Amino acid sequence: MKRAPSFMDLKDLIAVGLLAIILIVVFPALLDGFRLNLVAKYLTYAFVAVGLVLCWGLGGILSLGQGVFFALGGYGMAMYLKLEASSVENTKIQSTPGIPDFMDWNQITELPYFWQPFHSLPLTILLIILIPALFGFVIGSAMFKRRVSGVYFAIITQALAAIATILIIGQQGYTGGVNGITDLRTLHGWDIRTDSAKFILYFVNAILLLCIVGFAMYVRDSKLGRILVAMRDKEDRVRFSGYSVANFQIFVFCLAGVFAAIGGAMFTLNVGFMSPSLVGIVPSIEMVIFTAVGGRLSILGAVYGTLAVNFAKTSLSESFPELWLLGLGGLFIAVVLVFPNGLAGIWRDYVQPHIDRALKLNSKDPTDPAANVAKQAAAASPAE
Amino acid sequence: MAGPDDQLQSRLRRQLLMGIAAAPLAGLFPKVAFADTPATSAVNTTGLAVTDTEVTVGILHSVTGTMAISETGSIQAEKLAISQINEMGGVLGRKIKFVQEDGASDWPTFAEKAKKLLVQDKVAAIMGCWTSASRKAVLPVIEQYNGMLYYPTFYEGLEQSKNVIYTGQEATQQILAGLNWVVKEKGAKTFFFIGSDYIWPRTSNKIARKHIENFMKGTKVVGEEYFPLGHTQFNSVINKLKLTKPDVIFTDVVGGSNVAFYKQLKAAGINLEKQTLMTISVTEDEIDGIGGDNIAGAYACMKYFQSLDNPNNKEFVAAFKKMWGEKTVIGDVTQAAYLGPWLWKMTVEKAGSFDIDKIAAASPGIEFTKAPEGYVKIHENHHLWSRTRVGLAQKDGQFKVVYESPDLIEPNPFPKGYQ
Repeated sequence: MKRAPSFMDLKDLIAVGLLAIILIVVFPALLDGFRLNLVAKYLTYAFVAVGLVLCWGLGGILSLGQGVFFALGGYGMAMYLKLEASSVENTKIQSTPGIPDFMDWNQITELPYFWQPFHSLPLTILLIILIPALFGFVIGSAMFKRRVSGVYFAIITQALAAIATILIIGQQGYTGGVNGITDLRTLHGWDIRTDSAKFILYFVNAILLLCIVGFAMYVRDSKLGRILVAMRDKEDRVRFSGYSVANFQIFVFCLAGVFAAIGGAMFTLNVGFMSPSLVGIVPSIEMVIFTAVGGRLSILGAVYGTLAVNFAKTSLSESFPELWLLGLGGLFIAVVLVFPNGLAGIWRDYVQPHIDRALKLNSKDPTDPAANVAKQAAAASPAE
Repeated sequence: MAGPDDQLQSRLRRQLLMGIAAAPLAGLFPKVAFADTPATSAVNTTGLAVTDTEVTVGILHSVTGTMAISETGSIQAEKLAISQINEMGGVLGRKIKFVQEDGASDWPTFAEKAKKLLVQDKVAAIMGCWTSASRKAVLPVIEQYNGMLYYPTFYEGLEQSKNVIYTGQEATQQILAGLNWVVKEKGAKTFFFIGSDYIWPRTSNKIARKHIENFMKGTKVVGEEYFPLGHTQFNSVINKLKLTKPDVIFTDVVGGSNVAFYKQLKAAGINLEKQTLMTISVTEDEIDGIGGDNIAGAYACMKYFQSLDNPNNKEFVAAFKKMWGEKTVIGDVTQAAYLGPWLWKMTVEKAGSFDIDKIAAASPGIEFTKAPEGYVKIHENHHLWSRTRVGLAQKDGQFKVVYESPDLIEPNPFPKGYQ
């Protein structure tokens, strides 16, 4: 029997190390403050994409409603920041000073009860994790226990995304409506709008993402990860073996939701506002596309896919403001038709074999001079 | 994006040479003598994209997404104004070059692109935004990096910034004169409000309601309904209209919803020739989609109609159609967008500098006598003094102006008594 893959084998370590170097050394060295902040924004989407790899790629649960979780995190953070920005002296022009400006515009004269916990930063951080987990649990229990799966689950999550948008837009007195929650200024007294703050936030964001990537790999390589794959491929067989399929599905759905929520909170910090345009059906599907372009089975692929699609989006829209959407659409079609496994598939088929050969030769017997010579030869001509 | 700009200029230049048409509005302002061009170091002390021969501005609207249909007119108007200004010698002897970015109907993208224009391109001004949401997203960026935004849309007010010039009307300017007119001329006693569900319709209706309840004797609001953006089923509210029979249906439904709303009104047998309807959200652009037959007889209340009968407007309409085609129509916001580059040029020349702080300080009091809508002036609060007009929709998609406020109306973005 083949040895079960252990957490973070050498290949994974090298790959994660490479990503860490790109995120922490290469990007900050090459990009100016503005572009770096853009990368930070892209990376917040990568949190969602990594969650989708676990939920969709491994677990086979396609969620088209990840925007809802992104929003739960993003709005949680935005509510905290907005309350801090709405001090009495900042808002003395309003009819009711001390409440967020959009509430004042909507004739609300008192802070609603569900905004109260967001006065406290620790509580906010806790809620950013707990609320999506709870929400995922409720939705997951309601559906997986009834064995709703596949396309039906995808459609229901998509409906959730639509409902969330309508709710946020309709309750504009409490949520800021279409405009979203804007004009955020400080995080616990620290001005997040300055260039130095953006720089620091970029690193916080990148390191947090690397932690999430590591955690996702841990889940993938654990027994749980293998059960997820088994469920995806033969759900009934897993059930007959005595596993509670629904519980595993609920867990991975909640986990993906929490990842997305953390991404949402980081989005608010990096971009400086949160709006319903990141919640609905279109952004939720876009997040699935990031994952698909990266390769839905690959955790690191999801990160690279997110970066690649967003870079393309930004640069195409800057160069061709009137044509860029067509270009982007063409890119997606090309990727899906030619490389159904996304960037990770390209890597696996065309790059990995060379690295494997080098590693295998290396690990066979490091003292064997012949192997070393062969390894050097392979390394010298990787295109071979 | 120098390509299209150059083409545009050469096209206009050719037209000039051939004597087909003198560049419209050219010569209406004192020409900046080329020999008089002040040194760049003197007019640009903050590192904006100004050279001895060129100054760069940004155009930031949605070219893609749901808002593209509305914002295209603004882009066209801004490009027209820029090419006309360049024909006259530019601003402080410098030709205007523009960088166009697509906000893609997406508010975070607007913020991202505004930042790019200010930080990377160092533009001297941005002509842009359309929806309130996009402006709210861009505002902190513009304030943080000290840029200057010329914002063209009529909007809800409750905002004022050193870094924004609002070339459209705020809500009290747009609405109050129209309400007074409809009460006086039509003897209206009851109103029914129908709007899209976001900040502008809600704030506008709040102001309208306060005005009706507090300032006009014997009138009242009998209904108020809101629908999500993009909503297309208005049957239930049309039934309510039939039950309550209001004297005036007052609407601020925006975008594509209008098409469904007016078609369903007509289908339900509500004849706008008999039933008074006043809209503050339908311009010539929207009628293009709604169809003149479906809306003929409705009144619109805003500051500009394409049919305005004055020489400035005739020249403007002719130049616009020459540049963008005979079939184009010009709505209120398009005209307001056209004012942006002109107001900026005049402010820069008054200030003798491109520096944002100096422009912000020099803006109040800037007068534009040749605006298509007629004389306008920038108020201390960075909004425009302007007139309000009521137009009657015709079958051909144009409005017949039936009322014009006798005086310029003072902009009042924080109206007391209407909160």
